[in-house]
Amino acid sequence: MKLLVPIKRVPSADEPVRVRPDGTGIEDDGRAFMINPFDAIALEEALRIRDSHPDGGEVLAVCIGDSEVEAELRTALAMGADRGLRVACEASLDSLSVAKILAGVVRREGPAMVLAGKQAVDSDAGQAGPMLAGLLDWPQATFASVITFLEDGRVQVVRETDHGLETLRLCLPAVITADLRLNEPRYASLPAIMRARRKPIETLPVADLGIQPRSRVVQLRMEQSTMARECVRVADTDELLHRLRSEAKVI
Amino acid sequence: METLVLAEHDGKTLRRGTLCALTVARDLASRSGSKPVILLLGRELAAVRDDARRFGDVVVADHSLLARPTAERYAAVIADIIRAQGVRELVAAASTFSRDILPRVAAVVDAAMGGDVTACAAAEAERVELQRPIHAGAAMASFVLHGTPQIITVRAAAFPSAKPLPESEATCCLDWPLNADALPDRTEFVGLESRSTNRPELGEARVVVSGGRPLRSSEEFQAFVGGLADALQGAAGCTRALVDAGIAPNEWQVGQTGKVVSPELYVALGISGSVQHLAGMKNSRVIVAVNTDPDAPIFSLANYGLVGDLREIVPQLVRALAR
Repeated sequence: MKLLVPIKRVPSADEPVRVRPDGTGIEDDGRAFMINPFDAIALEEALRIRDSHPDGGEVLAVCIGDSEVEAELRTALAMGADRGLRVACEASLDSLSVAKILAGVVRREGPAMVLAGKQAVDSDAGQAGPMLAGLLDWPQATFASVITFLEDGRVQVVRETDHGLETLRLCLPAVITADLRLNEPRYASLPAIMRARRKPIETLPVADLGIQPRSRVVQLRMEQSTMARECVRVADTDELLHRLRSEAKVI
Repeated sequence: METLVLAEHDGKTLRRGTLCALTVARDLASRSGSKPVILLLGRELAAVRDDARRFGDVVVADHSLLARPTAERYAAVIADIIRAQGVRELVAAASTFSRDILPRVAAVVDAAMGGDVTACAAAEAERVELQRPIHAGAAMASFVLHGTPQIITVRAAAFPSAKPLPESEATCCLDWPLNADALPDRTEFVGLESRSTNRPELGEARVVVSGGRPLRSSEEFQAFVGGLADALQGAAGCTRALVDAGIAPNEWQVGQTGKVVSPELYVALGISGSVQHLAGMKNSRVIVAVNTDPDAPIFSLANYGLVGDLREIVPQLVRALAR
């Protein structure tokens, strides 16, 4: 089975995000980046599906961006992806443009399944996966926490929704997006990192997919959020309840 | 039908989030002097249709094939309505329901989409400036959507609930003629397993009590977090760590990747305050933090802080509240 996993490069979660003073984006000088954590979960699941499938298969990791995103593709290869594909594109993309590019790659590669992260932790949009399913007219299951293959060739997905765990069965091909509890992604071992250096990364200009990305979600500016409050330290529960009643008037 | 609100309902009434989306939709529709239309999908919708008509005109797609909100079918019907009715903008509450279905709709009708909107300034007729949190709420992005149609989901917490129309104002209801044979049939709904609870819904509760890592079992979670939530007639929430440990169900997780809540009162019990958790509750009106570590980051976000062990503090609070 051929599985396609889109990978996004996002700022590392180890250091706080700071917005540039001019509001055009975040400070990225010398900042560390990583694979979007949900994409790593999707990749891990794809690797497990490939390795447990009797006929084996291929896991293709796809990035969109300039040459810097190849660092994350190398990490995906070190985790165990068979091939990397970078769609070369410098433009800033909205989710629908990303989905259109991915749909172009899917039509070219013909995977049986796309496994994507449920959202990227930088833009927090969570749109590209279901948009891709819509463009391809494939069934979809978002927020997957368990994926099982059925004997009739369908795939069963447990989804994490606001109202509990929902179970769906989908015909393939399908798009599935990974939630936190789907699995625990592996760390790449040193030998795997060395081997990954010799794995192929193909570069495909976005124009070769016949796509001219045109974002219709246009960001005007970015601002740092202020979250801090003046915290009143109370001595005991009596003082707390008194203040909640008389000062904050919430109980 | 220029502005459409995709409703979420429990079969009887509209959910609060939908009423907040309606507030935004009324604002957007007023630019052209029109009123938003409420879209209901599902099965056996007579009761919720009556509830929705208190708020505006309604279009209803009521069919056994829509009994469950699977994205393929719902998106197909919504896209048909957008195209047939020339809808300019569709608004809904941000939720797992809309996050699943609406991006798919956006792709099918080639709409620009902005999600999790927390501010909407319809200053000019043609240009609406929207704001949404990014990077787990560390930053706010201001943006505009180009072209039509447009799809917007809003954070319920950021907008007031819409009020019903005056009783004198008559509303109409359109039954959408569904082409059932054309609906996709590749997704089978098997079941929904939810933890039933007598507490208010997490996303809609006035008070939320959440617990973190010091709670080591479901029993402890129920006793302390559940106990205080019940004493305050609130909902129970938790951090990701408790869901991962199997102590609390996933639908109770508050945070960047769980639910975003902004109740009147948020009580954080034994929660240190990771950026991811704060993203889900930082807009609560009053925040109380109880933690043994006086330097826990949660205190910098709290209005009131009490240093101590939740195992001692919660029973004291419950006893005092019962008096």
